[in-house]
Amino acid sequence: MSTPTPTAVKSRRSGAGRILIAVYLVLALAALGRSFYQLVAKFDQAPVAYTLSAVAAVVYILATIALIAPGATWYRVARVTIWFELIGVLTVGVLSLIVPSMFAHPSVWSYFGLGYLLIPLALPIWGLLWLRTHPEHGGA
Amino acid sequence: MIDWFTALQIGVAVTGGILAIVLGALGRRPSDLTMAFAGVVALLLIVQLAVTIAGPLTGNTPTGSLFEFYIYLISAIFLPIGAGFWALIDRSRWSTIILGVAQLAVAVMLYRMGQIWFIQGA
Repeated sequence: MSTPTPTAVKSRRSGAGRILIAVYLVLALAALGRSFYQLVAKFDQAPVAYTLSAVAAVVYILATIALIAPGATWYRVARVTIWFELIGVLTVGVLSLIVPSMFAHPSVWSYFGLGYLLIPLALPIWGLLWLRTHPEHGGA
Repeated sequence: MIDWFTALQIGVAVTGGILAIVLGALGRRPSDLTMAFAGVVALLLIVQLAVTIAGPLTGNTPTGSLFEFYIYLISAIFLPIGAGFWALIDRSRWSTIILGVAQLAVAVMLYRMGQIWFIQGA
């Protein structure tokens, strides 16, 4: 057993952080399900968009695990994956507007996540703010 | 899929979802009421699964991809059940909000399932 953490109250898994984790879980599940369908059923229609869809799904799963798992390493993984999401949703969002033939196929990131009520755009911003105000104390 | 049953199901999920988010925001811990809504949503999804397994055999076929439909349905079944277990383990008000988030996600997924069944290929 590790030593009890006096900062448990401020952990990134406490309070509203649990909502963050729950929403990430839902989004990871949604992205995974959709990506699985796209890869199996219609990959040839838009290989670039659907590959990105799969990458997004994997990143969401990784970010969800990193938010839940304790320790400084997972904290860094959470930061990196959530930054990757923010850059991904912004890049693919712009590309889906200017190169629709390649990117307009429905994926979790196209049109800034409009198909998911813009949650994919809002979530990494919230996530990064949350991580900033809830740093890892003392390491793992 | 049966249109009125799907509409009823979305209605229950939205009601339960909003109720749980409001009660959670007021600081309530998961209660029999909020848990019951999540339970009913899960139960209705299992009924929906039975309906959509039986449907194609009796001529009620989807216009869109049945494969895509089932990915949504199976994922949706996990949400209220998962949130329910979460609420049993973590007795905080955040769990009440999570019960609500899960039910609203189910409502969106049911809406999407309805599109696949009734509209997609029509």
